Parts: sequence; structure tokens; C-alpha cells
Amino acid sequence: MEEQLKQLQEEAVKKAAAAQDLKELNDIRVAYLGKKGPVTEVLKGMGKLSAEERPKMGALVNVVREAITTAIETKQSSLEAEAIQKQLAEESVDVTLPGRPVKLGGHHPLTRVTEEIEDLFIGMGYTIAEGPEVEQDYYNFEALNLPKGHPARDMQDTFYITPELLLRTHTSPVQVRTMLKHAGKGPVKIICPGKVYRRDSDDATHSHQFNQIEGLVVGENIRMSDLKGTLDAFAKRMFGEDREIRLRPSFFPFTEPSVEVDVSCMCGGKGCSICKGTGWIEVLGAGMVHPNVLEMAGFDSTVYSGFAFGMGQERIAMLKYGIDDIRHFYTNDMRFLKQFSVHE
Amino acid sequence: MFVSYKWLSQYVDIADQSPEELAEKITRAGIEVEGVDMPASDMKGIVVGYVQSREQHPNADKLSKCMVDVGEEEPVQIICGAKNVDAGQYVAVARTGAVLPGNFKIKRAKLRGEESNGMICSLSELGIESRLNPKEYAEGIFNFPNDVTPGEDALAALNRDDAILELSLTPNRSDALSMIGVAYEVAAILGRSVTIPQPNPAEGNEHAAEAVQIRIDAPEDNPVYIGRVVKNVQVGPSPLWMQTLLMNAGVRPHNNVVDITNYVLMEYGQPLHAFDLDRVGTGEIVVRRAEEGETFVTLDDAERTLSADQLVITNGKEPIALAGVMGGANSEVHAGTVNVLIESAYFDGQIVRAASKAHGLRSEASARFEKGVDPARVKAACDRAAQLMAELAGGTVLAGSVVAGEYAPEPKKVSITLDRLNTRLGTDLQMGGVEDIFSRLQFQTETNGDEITVTVPTRRGDITIPEDLTEEVARLYGYDHIPLTLPEGESLPGGLSPYQLGRRTARRYLEGAGFYQAVTYSLTSEKRATQFALEVRKPVALAMPMSEERAFLRESLLPHLMEVASYNSARQMGSASLYETGAVYLNEGENVQPKEEERIAGIVTGLWQEHVWQGEKKPADFFAVKGVIEGLAARFGLTDRLSFEQAGPEGFHPGRTASVLLDRQPIGVVGQLHPALAKEVDLKEAYMFELKLDVLLQAAREELSYTAIPRFPSISRDIALVVDRAVKAAELEGIIKEAGGSLLTNVHVFDVYEGERMEEGKKSVAFALTYVNPDKTLTDEEVTAVHEKVLTALKEKANADLRT
Repeated sequence: MEEQLKQLQEEAVKKAAAAQDLKELNDIRVAYLGKKGPVTEVLKGMGKLSAEERPKMGALVNVVREAITTAIETKQSSLEAEAIQKQLAEESVDVTLPGRPVKLGGHHPLTRVTEEIEDLFIGMGYTIAEGPEVEQDYYNFEALNLPKGHPARDMQDTFYITPELLLRTHTSPVQVRTMLKHAGKGPVKIICPGKVYRRDSDDATHSHQFNQIEGLVVGENIRMSDLKGTLDAFAKRMFGEDREIRLRPSFFPFTEPSVEVDVSCMCGGKGCSICKGTGWIEVLGAGMVHPNVLEMAGFDSTVYSGFAFGMGQERIAMLKYGIDDIRHFYTNDMRFLKQFSVHE
Repeated sequence: MFVSYKWLSQYVDIADQSPEELAEKITRAGIEVEGVDMPASDMKGIVVGYVQSREQHPNADKLSKCMVDVGEEEPVQIICGAKNVDAGQYVAVARTGAVLPGNFKIKRAKLRGEESNGMICSLSELGIESRLNPKEYAEGIFNFPNDVTPGEDALAALNRDDAILELSLTPNRSDALSMIGVAYEVAAILGRSVTIPQPNPAEGNEHAAEAVQIRIDAPEDNPVYIGRVVKNVQVGPSPLWMQTLLMNAGVRPHNNVVDITNYVLMEYGQPLHAFDLDRVGTGEIVVRRAEEGETFVTLDDAERTLSADQLVITNGKEPIALAGVMGGANSEVHAGTVNVLIESAYFDGQIVRAASKAHGLRSEASARFEKGVDPARVKAACDRAAQLMAELAGGTVLAGSVVAGEYAPEPKKVSITLDRLNTRLGTDLQMGGVEDIFSRLQFQTETNGDEITVTVPTRRGDITIPEDLTEEVARLYGYDHIPLTLPEGESLPGGLSPYQLGRRTARRYLEGAGFYQAVTYSLTSEKRATQFALEVRKPVALAMPMSEERAFLRESLLPHLMEVASYNSARQMGSASLYETGAVYLNEGENVQPKEEERIAGIVTGLWQEHVWQGEKKPADFFAVKGVIEGLAARFGLTDRLSFEQAGPEGFHPGRTASVLLDRQPIGVVGQLHPALAKEVDLKEAYMFELKLDVLLQAAREELSYTAIPRFPSISRDIALVVDRAVKAAELEGIIKEAGGSLLTNVHVFDVYEGERMEEGKKSVAFALTYVNPDKTLTDEEVTAVHEKVLTALKEKANADLRT
């Protein structure tokens, strides 16, 4: 009997090892370890054995059964592994083929520049003020120290709707409206972005519609040096830490003193086509709020002072991205727009 | 304003400043120098020549053969094509090897068989615009007066070796519209003195007052009028130095009398006019308002119809000049003029502006009056012109000036404290330094403790308030010396408003959904203004549009988006998803600001999704765009408040368009661009939407709060309903929701079938229903009870049968 068992074990292990697939292996399992299989047969015949032999024989049967089971399981793992390998090999793809495209959209470059500037000033404690594009002559001109007949009105030729209504020529009326809301009490610290309009024929450098972003700070003891420091911080964050600003005296009816603000060119002052060899690029207009403007907006100009500045997003975008024609912004060619969806 | 370096150097010592250095300093101090032109820099080899003889070219009718003395032993032969060349002329000769503007090199040449050793030049060939050439030389070569020597440098003789600074003046700095004004500015920058002419004409015995009487009938418009009479002038060309300096200043020379008035205008900034006194005829000057409809011929020979808001100079009978703008043909100085009346007056800026605008006549004179001339120079300029006429036109100046009216405003006094000056600028200036700056400007000051009082000369009418003094100090002290600081005091929390944040969220959502943002014009044509408008009103129109295309304010963002899609489609970009946010302008009546509503709109053309090598192509359709809107609503928590209704607005496909409603109020439209319209703009299928972004964002402002995740399992039931084709899915959904009550937590369509397996006029719509009880596990019986109620309601209200 013992012999018989050993033989069975040897035979089964051999067969298991030789099995070709999982089905054959299962047949082997059923054949040897099944209810009608030889090992079970042996167990059934144990009743004939003596009480001494019985446990001995029982142990042996277990060993044999264990051995066969192990052999089958080992073979099964290896067959399964092979099957997986085969399946994986069949499933392999050419990873260099293009992926399923995710539809991407993106900001218009003008929005991109606007939001960048907004966020930069929000970080310095500013809020964003907005206002109507169709304005009253009063808010666009008169409250900004530009009475009717003032020669400086020529500087910004205007689209009028009626003698009293016009398309705003700058976002400054939003400053006036905001100051009036404050009713003579500072501080005011706002950024005013928005569309503005001027009677210009559209060409590579002119657009009858463009964007402006203006800033206004009104408080007690606001100084020209504060304006300079603020714009220096702006220029460094917007254009690069190595940039500097330069103030040149200028004239705007709503500020006194008034300055044009140049930012040093990325050529580092060597002179290039962008700065026309000067090393400086004109970017902003700015100044100390004219006392007449403060007074008309309800602020006591002996107590309060303020600074204001303004720039054009188109110009900033053209400088920053090297865009050569302002009309691109309004043509909305997809090949143009797509270039500005890249995170920077 | 063109400033000749040579001319300027008569008044202030600038010998140690190169034109470029000077330009940079002027710019940094406040007047922008746009360019420095050095005409001689691209020319060489041009000398004065004397034409000894001229004969007809043997082989060419239009050419002359000239022998020209160019200061060498032998004269040279030059072939010249100018009609006006003749023997005895002094001319500018570009020698062989010379270079003219535009890198035009002069070579020895044979012209029709005759040798030519150079070129006799016109002024245009020497870089002077022909509009500035004296009329007699505009069509031919230039002749020097007889005070030059053959061989001398012709460019120097013509003042072409000058540097011309082009000043771009802001409206406040009209003081720099004169050489003397610029001289004051430069002197202040350099800290130097100014030398101003002190005119003192030698006068004859006859008194001017005997030759002319002057009366002002409109003193408001013309507070002072000064006349001087110069008799027995000889009208002829003015000296070369004056002609060339005038051309460098951008003024065309005419004759000595006119040139002198222009020269003094440029020098003093005071416009003058010279009348032919004999042609004035009456010995009388009367200044008055024009009569309505009065006509008058200006010296450009145009007949002008005048109106009562214009000022005229008359001879007591009829107009002889439009004050401050232009003289009359009837009193113009001409070659035969003998006696001249010089007018120097102060005319009000507004009245000159009105006349100059009405007649479209802008002149050097009107520009200066409009901005305000210096009343202190009216007399000096008149004297200066009289003196020059005596010197250069051989006239006799009559004794005295004839003065009508008086205008001598006191110089303004403006004060500021040193403390205010420093706190406004953020500087730490001392009183001595401030005083020094004003003394450089030649402003008189008085210091009283901390306060400085500045007497502002009348030439600087722009300085009226303390802040103007601050600016003068800042610009001459130098903005570079002002420190960098940040505002002190109360700090404020910055940030976006909820509305602004919402707008950014909406934009980012659409960009995430594959839309590119477009920005288009607010102004449009009349046709486009109301197209696709959610609410059509009479569009807001510009009073004076620049073109028909940009004459009205838009009432919808869609027309321009459609054009953008069409533009892109025409350039092989037929699959485009574009959106825009921006205002539309709704007319609220005459003289009332239009209502500006912020909208968000989009257009989708071509393929919605594409994966080329896998052969997946999904064209855009109504539901793609509707899905975008539903997603946007979901983003703002408005899903349950949003609904869609079949609609047929103009411009859209009548069967594929819906009105978008929020809380049952229309807030927008979504649908297919009408195929007929699409064809007009060369588009294939296009889907569009426009929503009232402002309404959407206002509605969205709600606090977010958490709802517990259900702890008990849900039970799903699918039903396929057979209904009439006209029954809308939303209707069925509404019935299901109402009947399903609180246990029904979700309903959605999962299949729609219309086809041959259906009975005629019927369709099948399948819904998936989800039931949950948040408090306990639902039993089958409970669900069945509710579900039966749903089915009954469907049958009753929509005649819906379960599909078997």
C-alpha cells in the first residue's frame, strides 16, 4: 500500500509538470485527488488496517496528497502566468500613436494681460472697479478737469452719441464714480480695467477700440515717490526683476504733476528695434491727481492727495509677446488665439 | 514745433551741447523731442557755383549746357535739365563724387553725348520738402542771392548744416511755441542766461497815428490791437539766412515783408499780420464781430461765409482779415506794395478756435492764439517786425505805435510751503534748492519762513496752482532723484468682488470645455447691431461714425462671433469653439445712458470631438452646446433652476433652437445658426448661444452647504415610455418628478427611439429613476407603490404607455 501511494505520487507529479494547459491540469487534479480518484480509494481502504497502522497510513496519505496538490498548484501558477503574458502581449499598443485629444480652450491675450495686472495689484491691496462704457460727458471729461472747449480734448478724439453722451475715451470716469461713492473719505485704492474707444482709423498701431487699465490711490499724504515705488514694483513683476522705470514729465489735464513712465528695455539698454535704440519703452502715463479732480469728486485736496496711472493692455501684450499688429487682437484668428493658452 | 539749433543758439549758449545731448535733456525735463534731423548728415560735396554761360544742348531740347565756376581754376561743364537755369546765377552744385539724400551718388556722365561733371540742384534735391521751397524755385533749381562765393560750402550757406529738433508739445506748454520760449526752457535746464532781442526801430518823423486809426468794437474778443506803419518798403526776397531758418522751422519763404512777420511769429510766438496799407484804403482799422452771412475772400482766394461768432478785422467798411486765422485777398501784401501796416494783437483763444474750425483753416497763427499768446510780447513783437522791415526791406518806420485797447494782466503769484512740496513729492528738498530752481526758470520768488511765493511770468500761463510749482520743481530737480516708496497708512484687503470672481469662473469653465476667448468690436453696422439680439431695441447710434461698419452699438455678441467663425473657416480652421464675454448696449432713450448688460456667448462650428487615427469624428450639434450651458449652470449651482423651451427667434434654425430660462425667466438662447444665414457667411453648421451673464452670476450668489451622503442603498427602475412625438422629454420628466415625490432623487433620459419599429406618430423615451430614502433602507413594496403612482400619472397626463 505504501508503495502504491508513492507510485501514485510520482506519477501524478510527473503528469502535472507535463500538463499543457489549465484544463489538462484540472483533469489531473480530478483524476488523482477527486472523489473517485486513487488517493480517495486508498483512504476508503483504511478501514481494513489495524489501529496502529491507521494513523501512520493516514499521515502518509496526507503527505502524498499535499505533494500532488503542490505540484498542481505550482504548475497552475506557471500556466496562469503564461496565459497572462500571452494576453498582455496581444494587448500591447503603439504608445507613440497620438492620444485622444482633450479639447483645450484659452484666454484671449488681452484678458491674460488684464488678469495678470489685476492680480498683481490685488496682491498690493487694490480692488477692481468697473463702470459703463457709454459715459456722460461730465464723467469722461468735465470731472477730470477737461471742461468743454479745453484744447486737450483734441488729444483724444471722441465718439459722441449725443452732445452729452459718448463712448468713454479712457477708464478714468470709473475713478471719478468710485471717488464719489467714497464721499470724501479715503483711502481709495482701485484698478479700473475696461474697453475704451477713440476716433482712430484702424491700422497696425491704432485701434478705435482698445483696453485700458488704470490705477488710483487716494489717501492722506500720498506722495509722488509712492507712485514711483508702486510702478517700479509693477514693472519688475510684469516684465522682470531686472527692469527699471524712468519718469519723464508730461501733461494730462487730470494730474499735476504728470509723467510718462518708461520701462527699461529687455535689450538691457544696448538699444534694439523695440526701444528704437533708446533702451527705454514708453508704457504708462501717470501723475498726482489734480486738486480740481479731487475737489470735484468730493475730496478735500488740502487733506487728501493721490496718484493715478494708466496703461493699455494691447501695448503691454504687444511688448510682452512681441505682437506686431494691434489688429490681431480683434481679428481672433485661431492660430493667434491658440498661442496664448499656454501656462507661463 | 521745429527748433533750429542754429537759430536757438542766438538766445542761449548751447555751443557745448551736441544736438542729441540737448534733445535728451529737453525730453527729460518735460518737452518730448521726437527727433533730431541733421540734414547735412546724408549729403556731401555740394558747393556754390556761378553759371558763367548757358547754351542749348545740341542734341536735347529740354537740356542746357552750362559752364559753371565752382571756385576752381577752370569752370566745369554741367548739363542741367531745369527750365530756370541761366547764366549769371549762383547755384548749388553737387560735384562729381557728391552724395545727395537717399544715398544718391553723383558721377561723371555723358548726357546725349555731352559731358556733365556734376548736377545743379533744386532745394528738394537738397532735402528741403518742396512745400517749403520759395515758389519761384519750387519747380526748378535754386538761385542764391549775390552774396556767396563760388566754391564755398553750399550746405552751410543754406543752413543745411543745422540740426532741427522736433518738439512734441503737450497742450499746456504753448509757451514753447516760440524760439524765445524754447530758449527760456533750455536756459532753465542748463542753468544759463537768455539773450532776448530788444527791438528799438529807428523811426521817421511822420506819426503812425496820422496814417492809421484803430478801433476795437469787440473788446472781449480782442482786448488789445497794436499797429505799426512802415512806409516805402521794397518787397523782394528776404535774406538767405532768414529764408533758410524759416525753412528749417517748417515755414515757406514768400517775400521779405511776409517772411519778417513769420520770422517774428516763430521767434516770439506772437502772430503778426502785414496789410498793404494802401489797399486797406481807408486809413482805418475796425475790429468787430462778423455779420451773419457776411462774405469775404481770404488770401487763399476762397470765399468764406462768416457768422456772428467770428471776429473780423475791417477797414471800417468791409472785412480785410479773419482775426487770428487768415488775412484777406483784398489787402494782401504783393510785389508792388509800398506801405505796410503791421498788426500785432491779442485775440481770444475761443473765438479764433471757432473760426479756424468753422473754415477748416489751421495755421501757425491760429494754433498759437487758440492756446493763448503771451500778452507781454504783443508790443515787442510789433516793434521787432518794424525794425526788421526797416533793416531788410528798406522801409521807414513811422513814429510810434497805434494802440487800441489795453491788456496787461498782472503776473500771477502762486505760493507753496516747502513741507507741502516735499510731502507731495516724497523728497527732502531744502528751500535754497527750490529757490535755485525758480531762479533758473527766471521766476521771481519771495520766501517767507516755510512758504515760497512765486511770481509767474505771463509767458507761463500754464502755472496757476501750487501743484504746478511742484511739477516745475520735480522736473528740473529730476524725477530720477525722487525715491521709491509705497503708500503708507491704512492698508486695505484687495480682491475681486463675487461678481468678478464669477466672471472668471465662467470664462475658465468655457475654456476648460474647449472654447477660445475672442474679443470683438462693440461698434458694428446697423444690420449687425440688432441681429440675434435677445431683446431688440432701436440700436444706439454714433453721432458721427467713421464708417458704416462701425456706426452702432451692438445688442448681441453673436454677430461678430459669427464673423470670427466665418473668418477662421475660410482659413482651414472650420472646427472652432469660440466665446466672448462683454457688454451689449440697450437703448434707454435719447440722452440716457444705455443699459449695459454683460453677456456670455459662444459659437461652435465643425467637429466637436475628433480622434483622427481611431476614426472618431463627432460633429458639433445642438446637444453639445446645450451640454455646455447645462455645465455652466451646474458650475454655479443653478441646475435645478435652469430650463429650456423650444423657441424660434430670428436667425436661428426653427427646429433646433431653445430659449434658456432661469427660474422660468428667459436669460438666453441656444441653437443652430439658420442655414440660410450660415450660407451667407460661408459657414456650414454652426451652433451658438448667448446668455445674460449678469443675471446668471447674480443668481449664483448663494452660500454653499453640505448635504449628507445617503447611508442607505438606492433602488433603480428603468421605464421605456411610448408617447406622441410632440411630447417633450422635459414634460415627461416634470410629471415623473412631481409624482415621484421626495423618494425620487434622480431622473434622467437614457434612450430615445423614433423609427420604423414604432407606431406612426409615436416615439419611445426611456428614463432611469433612482429612489432613495435617506432615513432607512427602502423596501421593494415602498418603491413599487411610488413607481405605480409615477406610471399612472404618466398615463393620465401624457398618455404614456409602458413599452413592451
